[in-house]
Amino acid sequence: MLNYIWGGMIIIGMVTAAFTGRLPEVTNGAIESAKEAVTVSVTMLGVLSMWTGMMRIGEDAGLMKLLTKKLMPLLKWLFPRIPEGHEAMRHIAANFIANFLGLGWAATPPGLKAMEALKRLSRDGETASREMCMFMVINMSSLQLVSVNLLAYRVQYGSHNPSEIIGPGIFTTLISTAVSVIFVKLAEGREKKKC
Amino acid sequence: MLKAVTFISDMMIPLVFVYIIFYGYSKRIDIYDSFTKGAKDGFFVVLNILPTMIGLMVAVGVLNASGFTELVTGLLKPIAQRIGYPAEAIPLTFMRLISSSASTGILLDIFKSCGPDSFTGRFVSVMMSCTETVFYTMSVYFMAAGITKTRYTLWGALAANLAGILASLWICSVIWG
Repeated sequence: MLNYIWGGMIIIGMVTAAFTGRLPEVTNGAIESAKEAVTVSVTMLGVLSMWTGMMRIGEDAGLMKLLTKKLMPLLKWLFPRIPEGHEAMRHIAANFIANFLGLGWAATPPGLKAMEALKRLSRDGETASREMCMFMVINMSSLQLVSVNLLAYRVQYGSHNPSEIIGPGIFTTLISTAVSVIFVKLAEGREKKKC
Repeated sequence: MLKAVTFISDMMIPLVFVYIIFYGYSKRIDIYDSFTKGAKDGFFVVLNILPTMIGLMVAVGVLNASGFTELVTGLLKPIAQRIGYPAEAIPLTFMRLISSSASTGILLDIFKSCGPDSFTGRFVSVMMSCTETVFYTMSVYFMAAGITKTRYTLWGALAANLAGILASLWICSVIWG
């Protein structure tokens, strides 16, 4: 998808610039932005590495196992049809926890494994099973409690209080996730009635 | 409740750090060794996304310098004002659902033009933290599992994201409005 978005953005920009007579500014803008991407990345390199370092301490100390255990009752309520001890549950837990902690890139591998495991459990063929729908909708509702990247960007652009958005961010994340769970539970209920 | 939200903002990072350090000590692991190893992982994460960052920030930079962004924001302003939505945030909101790196490019541009501490800057920060790249995630995950009929997942995800966006607008106008 980015294949077209990216090219489209540049072409639209160039065409607009030709009409507004701003072609020299466009050249400048492109070069400045490329430079800026690196400056931002340097800030991000520091902040993100600090965060992944901290999270690694938690991981090495067994915090992920503890969180998985704490999460299980909730997962059983969300996915009542997954058999006890099935690997799908483990992958779902790993995906959710990585998302909570703001380690989005670490969430994708267990997330894909969870989908494959759910596929093996499902008898619906190419149609998404009820568990897949629940997993996907929650996953896409945004789970992360603290977005370290955002903090880094805010620092980079001179915010006086970069962390002031954490509280509101957690509040709105809770709302979006609650809506996703309610939506899927209602959709499941409606389907049951049909059968 | 507002006080609680502000309190969480101030306390979250210090609490996480202190908790993790004590937890590490209680399990008797070499926490400094773990930290440096983990920090190295962060290094590679940033290096891996740097090429996309450069590509998309250049694209956003071109759109800006050409006057296109101004044009779109100007066109959207009347609609945005009617619903009380920051006009600059409208293109970002749509891009957010499609691509994480492209939306980051637009976000940084808003930070640059409006400032991260302006109402728009704060709103987009909160909005970015409670929304997700729905279309991208759906295509990757469902493709991996060979699913073609996705049933109500798209509507569910859009409903959740819309709820997040509205909640962001509400809480930002309550705190900073």
